[in-house]
Amino acid sequence: MNRTARRNILNDIMLTLTGICTVLTVSVLFLILGFLVFNGWRSVDWNFFTKLPLSPGELGGGMANAIVGSGILILIAAVIGIPVGFLGGIYLSEFGGKTFPMLVRYTADLLNGVPSIVIGIFAWTIIVVKSHHFSAWAGGFALSLMMIPIGLRATEQFLRAVPNSLREASLALGASKTRTIMGVVVPAAKQGILTGMILGVARVAGETAPLLFTALNNQFWAAKLGEPMASLPVMIYTHAISPYDDWHRQAWAAGLVLLLLVLFANLAARWVLSRGTAVQRG
Amino acid sequence: MSTAAVAAPPQPQARKLLKLWQDGDQVAHLVTMVFAASVFLVTILLVYELWIHSAGSRAKFGFGFLWGRVWDPNAETFGALPFIYGTVLTSFLALIISVPLGVGAAIFLSELAPPRVSNACTFLVELLAAVPSVIYGLLAIFTLVPLLRQYGEPFLKKTLGFLPWFQGPAYGVGYLAAGLILAVMTFPFIISISREALLAVPREQREAALALGATKWESTWQVVVPFARLGIIGSIFLALARALGETMAVTMVIGNDTGIHTSLLAPGYTIAAIIANEFTEATGDVYLSSLVELGLVLFALTMILNGSAQLLIIATTRRGSKQD
Repeated sequence: MNRTARRNILNDIMLTLTGICTVLTVSVLFLILGFLVFNGWRSVDWNFFTKLPLSPGELGGGMANAIVGSGILILIAAVIGIPVGFLGGIYLSEFGGKTFPMLVRYTADLLNGVPSIVIGIFAWTIIVVKSHHFSAWAGGFALSLMMIPIGLRATEQFLRAVPNSLREASLALGASKTRTIMGVVVPAAKQGILTGMILGVARVAGETAPLLFTALNNQFWAAKLGEPMASLPVMIYTHAISPYDDWHRQAWAAGLVLLLLVLFANLAARWVLSRGTAVQRG
Repeated sequence: MSTAAVAAPPQPQARKLLKLWQDGDQVAHLVTMVFAASVFLVTILLVYELWIHSAGSRAKFGFGFLWGRVWDPNAETFGALPFIYGTVLTSFLALIISVPLGVGAAIFLSELAPPRVSNACTFLVELLAAVPSVIYGLLAIFTLVPLLRQYGEPFLKKTLGFLPWFQGPAYGVGYLAAGLILAVMTFPFIISISREALLAVPREQREAALALGATKWESTWQVVVPFARLGIIGSIFLALARALGETMAVTMVIGNDTGIHTSLLAPGYTIAAIIANEFTEATGDVYLSSLVELGLVLFALTMILNGSAQLLIIATTRRGSKQD
């Protein structure tokens, strides 16, 4: 009896502990959001979105160039990364044989695991070293390398989930393989693919390390893509480690904006996917 | 296309058209293959470039680079040991905290929580993995570091100060701060993958243990967790790989000191942090190539860990589904 009681007490204690672990871990997200809102919301004003950063010592200014810069860098990354991920994914799922797709899949996973700072070094070696300039191109290229594996694996995974009977029906009607893929298979998997692409964009939107020595930073507007370009994550970094109070205030504001963007993209991805499965089931 | 094929099969022109369509398939095959191959080629190129650009340092220091203790740009002497030490130490600290927390939460989410709650919580935890690392760094600089400096580290020194790990002045920044922030950044991975592994354990295993009179905890700890252990270990490896390569948050709180210190309260450096800090300022071929070689070391470390994690995770999910 004593022994049973002891076992039951141990049971209760351990199960409660796992509950505490869950509460602790889940609450971290709310803590992060709370701190950023508390410290940042007062500084997210019209100036933040429309003005350039001022030199240290001057009060005010904003991060307009960093917001636009982030947009441009993400756009370059998407223009390179999405086609490669999408078409490569189609190959893996629809055309692939045995060994070569396995090799591609393996290297994509490898690329996905490469630390972002190493991706930065790579982009530096092949673009910055050769062109002798830090540039938006190099930054966008570095980000695209982080986007490709996500888009590739998502495309492949969701195309594979399309039932074979759909492909066979289309082929039996006399459609060519290309037409079957573009007209039947891809549309059937479009929500999943879109989700993968959004997640890819969300991931690179917050990346700082690959930009440190590719796109570098810029206190002003970049006139062309061959010049250093400001971005929100790098701005947060440089402002946060600076000794100026007014820069810290701006860093909180930029952090809040960036976090909201990334969380919003993740929620959007989740929403697109849930809508997709509902349609397929119905 | 179908009109051409159906309307006029005998005409040579239609035949040509049909052939063109089939060739279209060949073209599509080729185009998509080129894109897929580019992923493969770019990864090979990455390794090649790291190798080539670290040539200067490899030629000068050889393997001694890995255990060189001095990092002195003025004397052009570069050794990787302080950074390898810092990287391994901070990651290890992170895991000591995040593994019990993460596995505990995963057990709760897979075994106890109702599916709706479990899915909602897992979603929130996975959102945590999406928070950019620079934001963790921002929070760490302005909240974690001051707290550690004022309360955490003085408390540790008072209670555990007789141990060599908790001595020296309380700066706030250092190995401990980096380890703590890495713990927060790694547990989402441990929770989400361990939960999957635990959910893949067949129901019969639990029922059999409970039928033998085991309490819920005994069935979980002695039957379910051992069954899913490979997946859990895989998740830990993945978290470790993540922690090793993490740059921004660590760079902001590590303290930037190129020495090797026993005390966890001391400022230090990690591989990723020194690359982030010194790469743009590095002058001279040996200096730059030493930094690139550090990148190569980091790359190799994370590749080995990622590879083994993948194998372990595949092994568990396969075994789980077979016995279902």
